[in-house]
Amino acid sequence: MAEQRYSGRPASPGLVIGPLHVLATRSAATRARAGDAAAEHARLDGALGRARDDLAALMATAGTEGEEILAFQVELLDDPALVEHARAAIDAGEPAAAAWSAALDEQIEGYVAADDEYFRARAADLDDLKTRVVDLLEGRWPDELPTVEGTILAGRDLSPSGFIAAERARLGGIALAEGSAQSHVAMLARARGLPMVVDLGAVPTGADEAILDAEHGMLVTAPDPTTRDAFAVRRRARAQTEERAVALLGSPATLPNGERVACLLNVDDPQSIEPALLDAADGVGLWRTEFLFLHRAQLPDEGEQYAAYTALLDRLTGRPVAIRTLDVGGDKPLAGVSLPSESNPFLGLRGLRLCLDRPELFRPQVRALLRAAPGRSLKVMLPMVSRASELAEARAFFDACLEELRGEGVEAAMPPLGMMVETPASAVAIDTFDADFFSIGSNDLVQYTMAASRDAGGRVAALADPLDPAVLRLIERVVAHGRATGLEVSLCGDMAAVPGCAERLLALGLRRLSVGPAALARLKLAVHDHAG
Amino acid sequence: MSAARDEVTIRHPTGLHARPAVKFTKLAKTYPAAIRLRGSGEAAWVDAKSIVKVMALKLRTGTTLELEAEGDGADEAVAALRGLVERNFDEDG
Repeated sequence: MAEQRYSGRPASPGLVIGPLHVLATRSAATRARAGDAAAEHARLDGALGRARDDLAALMATAGTEGEEILAFQVELLDDPALVEHARAAIDAGEPAAAAWSAALDEQIEGYVAADDEYFRARAADLDDLKTRVVDLLEGRWPDELPTVEGTILAGRDLSPSGFIAAERARLGGIALAEGSAQSHVAMLARARGLPMVVDLGAVPTGADEAILDAEHGMLVTAPDPTTRDAFAVRRRARAQTEERAVALLGSPATLPNGERVACLLNVDDPQSIEPALLDAADGVGLWRTEFLFLHRAQLPDEGEQYAAYTALLDRLTGRPVAIRTLDVGGDKPLAGVSLPSESNPFLGLRGLRLCLDRPELFRPQVRALLRAAPGRSLKVMLPMVSRASELAEARAFFDACLEELRGEGVEAAMPPLGMMVETPASAVAIDTFDADFFSIGSNDLVQYTMAASRDAGGRVAALADPLDPAVLRLIERVVAHGRATGLEVSLCGDMAAVPGCAERLLALGLRRLSVGPAALARLKLAVHDHAG
Repeated sequence: MSAARDEVTIRHPTGLHARPAVKFTKLAKTYPAAIRLRGSGEAAWVDAKSIVKVMALKLRTGTTLELEAEGDGADEAVAALRGLVERNFDEDG
């Protein structure tokens, strides 16, 4: 058996070698009606009872998150409103399995059509329950599960209950031909620190051992001796790195020459960040305020925003917090805000463009920020700026809101007003912008410069390379402008968290880097080990 | 026979979604009274003991929920369900 490589996307990080267990692909078998309506009702009852027992047994070993996911399925099983649809179909002549499938499909349709992603994601749970009962009715045994600890489980996709059942054997990793990094299974894998790769394109066949590289999103089946050796070296290095990085977390990051490097955090919902990481950071380099706005029936008013902003600022006591104003576009619906339907929302009305277009959306946020500024280390940065006039317009808007607040007798102050550098236009003409500081948004800068999305996969994703000379030259240009003017330049984005990239950024002269919470320790290590 | 009625606003950030809804219907089922609910301003009432019906309302945060109960323990049922919603379903969010 020759070595074979499958390329996908990481859904939960890690690096592991182990026996490979491939789940059988299900066939959508339908079975003729076994008996009269009474017999089919009895078969359905039997299957529902058995499904309930099986789920209860699974819940006992599932852990908190898994148990909550399964509790929803059990509650559905117990709901007469669900079963009565299936009963009616049986009375109309359907076999039990088809009747149950149709009843669940009807529900699933409603969830798939929901405009709220939390509700949409429940479709997978209903599908899981549908399959469980249909399998029982059709006498199909559940998949044979791995029994050896450390097994890499591979398949087309994996249901939440399938994951929980397989986890009893203590898996080594998960490799899926399809799947999604946003699925319940990916969430569970991350919670347990289990490496997982999705979107591999094909289910591996014919091998009984594999290396799962969930750092690069790769599965290597039947690895040959050279690959094994390289893997062993990487794994050792990774373990040592983790250990050293964690040891450095609590201290300020300094280069070998003694120079300080500010290691900052990218934050979405502050609630989701470990307090120890908030304490270990030199501040917040990017606070995405979108989490306050999305998935809501009503947008947050000025008071709610003020409370949220001051809570984090006060939590960080004196360390800088750079709050980015609302950065959404046509791809992210907001309650009560009608956005134009655009063929390419990433080149459309988004970020600052949208906020300037909809002052009723922008004003409460700007007023909340101005009110939060006095006596606090707040900085405000504006996203998606292409030309100097937009920044000037935003500044005038902030000035007008400040006047308004002072006129009302409300305490307020103008914080430093900076901009994200994420369009090639802003990087090229950086000297034309009247900003108090610059923060390079590497994710968008890479995508807009290379005209390639990271999510595209394959050939296109490979182009979205943060180390492409075009990207590095733009970054260099911004850093040089900062040095010439004395204005602060930082970089926030995944780039600073990718091994190898942080070193390049330090070499380019950046001394303020902002990364997601999981990467903070590794960033401090990269600073500590920097050879320049 | 007693009857009770009340309303309460959902503050949980993700609304009445799977995990909170399971707690809600489980609590409702502990009372013999018939209990129904609807989003404020909606016409149709649904059975508070049915997860399928409750989830189908897709009630988001900020929505006001109307509760009605009839029969044994109606007052206690409405008070208990209202309390659960007010306590954000006993979750931190």
